[in-house]
Formats: sequence, C-alpha cells, structure tokens
Amino acid sequence: MTGYFKSRKAFPWHIVVFLAPALIVYVVVMVIPLLDSLSLSFFTENPANVKENIFAGLSNYKYLFTDNYYAPIFWGALKHNIVFFLVHMLVQNPIGLLLAGILAKGGKLRTFFRTILFIPTILSFVLVAFVWKLILSPIWGVSKTILGLFSLEGLFQPWLGLESSALITCSLISVWQYIGTPMILFYTALIAIPDELLEAAKVDGANPWLIFWKIKFPLIVPTVGLVSMMTFVGNFNAFDLIYTMQGALAGPNFSTDIMGTLFYRTFFGQQQQMPNQTLGATIATMQFVIILIGVVIYMVWQKRTTVYEY
Amino acid sequence: MKKHLGLFVVLMLLLFVLPVAAQEAGAKLVIESWRQDDINIWNDTIIPAFNEVHPEIEVIFQPTKQEDYNGQLNSRLAGGTAGDIVTCRPFDPSLKLFESGYLSVLNDLPGMEAFDSSSTVAWTTDDGASTYCVPLASVIHGFMYNKTAFEEKGWEVPVTKDEFFALLEAIKEDGEYIPLAMGTHDLWEAATMGWYNIGVQDYKGEEGRLALIDGTAKFTDAPYVQVYEELAKWAPYLPDGYQGVQYSDSQQLFTMGQAAIFQTGSWEISVFEPLIAGEFEMGAFRAPKDNADDACFISDHTDIGIGMNAATKYSEAARIFLEWVTTADFASIYANNMVGFYPLAKIDYSVENPVANEFLSWRNECGSSIRISASIIGRGEPGMDTDIWTTSANVINGTMTPEEAAAYVQDALDKWYTPAK
Repeated sequence: MTGYFKSRKAFPWHIVVFLAPALIVYVVVMVIPLLDSLSLSFFTENPANVKENIFAGLSNYKYLFTDNYYAPIFWGALKHNIVFFLVHMLVQNPIGLLLAGILAKGGKLRTFFRTILFIPTILSFVLVAFVWKLILSPIWGVSKTILGLFSLEGLFQPWLGLESSALITCSLISVWQYIGTPMILFYTALIAIPDELLEAAKVDGANPWLIFWKIKFPLIVPTVGLVSMMTFVGNFNAFDLIYTMQGALAGPNFSTDIMGTLFYRTFFGQQQQMPNQTLGATIATMQFVIILIGVVIYMVWQKRTTVYEY
Repeated sequence: MKKHLGLFVVLMLLLFVLPVAAQEAGAKLVIESWRQDDINIWNDTIIPAFNEVHPEIEVIFQPTKQEDYNGQLNSRLAGGTAGDIVTCRPFDPSLKLFESGYLSVLNDLPGMEAFDSSSTVAWTTDDGASTYCVPLASVIHGFMYNKTAFEEKGWEVPVTKDEFFALLEAIKEDGEYIPLAMGTHDLWEAATMGWYNIGVQDYKGEEGRLALIDGTAKFTDAPYVQVYEELAKWAPYLPDGYQGVQYSDSQQLFTMGQAAIFQTGSWEISVFEPLIAGEFEMGAFRAPKDNADDACFISDHTDIGIGMNAATKYSEAARIFLEWVTTADFASIYANNMVGFYPLAKIDYSVENPVANEFLSWRNECGSSIRISASIIGRGEPGMDTDIWTTSANVINGTMTPEEAAAYVQDALDKWYTPAK
C-alpha cells in the first residue's frame, strides 16, 4: 500500500524521458512550422521594404475569397479538388473493395495479383505521369491503336488537353496509381473475419451476396472509414501528379487546378509570377482547415459507429 | 614516429594556409549563374580569353541548378556567401535584388554606352535612374522550317500573312508533312512560340509595348486582338489532337522530319542541329507581315545579364571583368560559342552558324522589342505572362474567342495598373 502511494507521488520522469525524443522531433519539424505558416497568412509583404512582413489581419483571406480575379481561381481549385476526391471515392475505393473481395476468396494466383495490383502505388509519380502521358499522347500514344483494334478509333480524344476531360483523366490516373492502398487495407480486414461467422451464415442459408453485405461489410466498416479519411487527406494534399502531368498552371484553362498546384504557384511563383509567400500561406491554411474539418467529421463518426468485436 | 607525425601535422596545416595566402595576393572572382550547360564554354574559352588580357584576376564560374538559382542566390546574398559576379535574370527578379541592396549600380561602368535603352531596360529601375547589370545576351523569335522539304516540294518562304496561310494550306493538301509542329498542352508553347513570336509584328514592336505601359493603348485594341485571331487560324494546321501535344512532342515532330515548320526561337538552333545532322537542313524566317512592304518587327528578348555583388571584396577586379564583358572580343566569343544567344552590344560581330546568322540579320532590318509582358505591366497576380499563356492556348483550342481573351488580359491589368500620367 505504501509502495503504491510512493510511486503515485513521484513524478514519472521516465515517461517524459521516453516521450521526449519523438515529441521534440514532432514539435520542431511539424508543429512549429505549421503554426509559423498559419501565422504567416496574417501578414503581408511591406511594400517599402521587401525583406519585411507587416501584420495585415485577415486581408489575405478577404483577397482570396473576394478578389474578382483570384477568387474564381481559388473557388475553381476547390471545386476541382472536390471532383478529384469524389472520383477517388466513387471509383478507387469501390474497385479496391471489389479487388480485395476477389483476392480474399483465395486461389493460386492470389499473391501474384496482389503484388501486381500494388506495384503502381510504389512507383514514382514522375514515372506514372510520364508513362500515362505517353500512352495518351495523340502522336505517339498507344491508346489510339488500342481503340482501333475494336474499331473505336473515332472515340479517341486528346483527353489531357481538353477542358472537359482533363480533370477526370488525371483523377483516373491517380486512381490507377493508388488503388493498391485501399485494396490491401480492405483485403487485410476481410481475411481477418473469422471463418466461423461465415460458415454459420452459410449454414443458415445466406447467399454470397447476402453474406457480403450483411456479414462482411458491417465488420469492415471501420476500415471503410479509415480508407475514406486517408483518401480525403491525400486528395486535398495532392499536387505531384497534376504538376508533372499538366504543369504548374494546371491547364487547359486551369481545368485541372487543385489546391496543391494553386498553393505551389502562389507560394513559389511561376515564371514571371512573383512568389507571394503570405498569400501562399493563406492557401495552405485553407488546405489545413479543409483537412481538419474532414478529420473531425471522421473522428466523430468513428466514436459513434458500432465496432463489432470478434 | 612522433617526430614524423609532428612534421606531417605542420605540413597539413601549411597546405591549408597556403591557398588563403594566395587568395589575398590576387583577386579571385566567383561567378554565380544558372547556366550549367555553359560551364565548359566558360572554363575552356571565355575565362582563358579574359586571362590573356588580365592574368592577375582569377575567375571561377560556379553555376547552380536553373530551377534553384533564384532561391539559392537570394539566400546566399542574404547570408553574405554569394559570388562576386552575379548572373542576372531579366526584369523583376533582379530588380528585387537591386532594391534589397545586393547589386551595385553600374551606370558609370566604362563600356555601358555600347548598349541602348532597349537592352538595358531589363536591368534598369522603373524611373530609368540606375542600371545594375550589363546585358549579356538575348534570344530572337522566328520560325524554323525544313529547308530540304521546302526545296523538294517547291515551297517558298512566306513574307506576308496571306502567303503564310497559303503555304500552310499547300503543305496540308500535300499531306506528307504536318504544316506546323505545335501543341497547346503545355500552354507556354502557345504563348511564347505563338503569341510573343507573331504579336510583335502586329502591334509594331516597342511602339505597341510602350503604348500599353503609358496607357495610350489597351489590350482590347485591334493590334493585340489580331494576334489572337491569327493564332486561332493556326488550329487546322496543327497535328491531330494538338490539345494534348506537348512542347517536347513538337520538337520531335520537327526534328524527325514529320513537320515542315516549327515556330520557335534562336535558342533552339544548338539543340536541333545535332539532332537533324545528316537528315535535312533547316532554315529560318520571321513572323509574317500584313503587306510585303510593311516595316518588320522582331521579338529580341533580353534574357541574361551580368552584375556585381555589392558586398564583393574585389570590387575593382569585378568592374574590370564587367568592363571586358562589354567589349567586342567578348561579344564575338560569346555569340560563336553559345549559338542562338546574341550579345546585345551595338558593336559588329559575326556569327558563323548560317541559321543563327539569319536570325541575327533581322536585327539590322527590323525593329527589336522585348516580350510585351516582361516589363512593368507583367507584374500583378498571377501576371500578364500567365494570362497570355492560358488565353493563347484557349483561343487555339477554340474555347475562348480572341475578343474574350484580350478582354481577360486587359481586365487583369486594369485591376492593379494605372498608367503614369
């Protein structure tokens, strides 16, 4: 009893010591820069002395939301980012789930396909962008030839160069690249379901369709939530694929411009456009806020949802 | 053993001390640059030529990666570790350095009188009071064509716009070549190779450029809208699916002999020549005019300057070097080694490369002007250059009319720019 109280009273220094390295690194490389860039968004460059920033309150935000020239670009980027995210949610994750369902069924070639389908995810985005640009190229690309095999040559369009199709094309290429992640997560969740549950359902006369929707899916709902959240965060931070495929101006006519490319152009400048670091920080803060809202929704949902234990 | 060790240590220390002593005896100039490609030309040709005249000054060419140059130079200047000689980007990036006090004023540098104001404007304050970099070179826009194919088919180099479009039509009808190797995917290709290339002829060079700056003309006026109208007419002569064709595709279409004409600039000469060697010969013609007897104008864009770090230890030596850069000797060495980059001094020098010489000959016949968005009116967010990129591609793609495009650029300019009265 006395020993217990003694250990309660002594300050648990060992916890501090063990936490310190990770905490210090995290604070120095994550928290401080984040707070710094948040605060930068409330400043603006001093016109009299270019080396100095002066406090400007919310003027950067006002400019971003209301300026008759910059606001359409900002809202456009946000809209495109939402489309980019929806394509991932509606195409990447259902197909990932479908593939995971097929893989979980077993079969001799399971490991082979699991590896093949995961490979694009570990490829460099530069490589992915380069390969897809070549495939879709109106001059050298094989897509025209492949369509020709089915006498569908007339359907060929320079998809990356048309305002109407460029964003969807880029989104689908990103889906192609990252489909491995949801697939593996769904797959591990599916194979973790105990066989007894599935056998019991079979004995009760449930068909595979019913088993999937009534037994398997409810059990992997936490993974569905996790995958959705990861997609959301990844998509609103996306930049690299669009930048390498369409350039910093995310053409044609800004039709593939997302938050990441808008931030890049503003913060680092682009050709004649001078870098505007404070406005760039404002865009970065907006990205942070959007992601924060998404994560909070996820956390609330996660707390409320029923997790089945087995 | 211990004795030897002591000797060794003393020797090593001496080795460290000796170069320092040497440095203090003669001036050592370090040149900051983004032109990594030029390192051999500087080391093997330019610096030895300078040392023949001034053997007492040691010069070291120390380039940085092109895309990192502006940022790294900024931080080195701020931290006091930058080289003595600084290669200057044109217009605002260098102006910003000057305003921050990093570059010395060079108004009184002997030899500066060899440059006229259209060359120094890229490195002069808006009020014209201070010039802070010596203009080094410019690039000239024009069209390159497959001379071998032209001769074979009997096509003539066009002078007027009517001839130009008739030629494009003839090439299209013939069917063997793509008339114009251009795509709009990369946007800047449509602007830099298209708009800036032909625009200068329509708005009459400096006259039209300065009219926009002093407010006597608007982008929505006929000469500027006309550029877009002309670009829109190019669309049928571009490769199939040009909306998805990139700049590197266009380059390849031309160098592989699949396209007859490539709208471009002189910097491409040294890139293309090794690629087409033995396959075909190329020639160059300048932007077509309305009437054959109209005055001609070319886009002769100042691209590289060279200045002095205000904090250099060897300001005397740096000035001697910069003065040498203004001489005909330097101009001739530079022009012949960096084919397609033309020194800006008003002195005679000859270029041996025939295509490069063709480009250079236009300077004597035509009015020179820099890119319209480069000076003063190009500021703002995202800036006129970006606006011209996007709108030129839109017009060629047919998603914007020439009038809409011009109005878009003018609106963006009106937002922040009031011409000085």
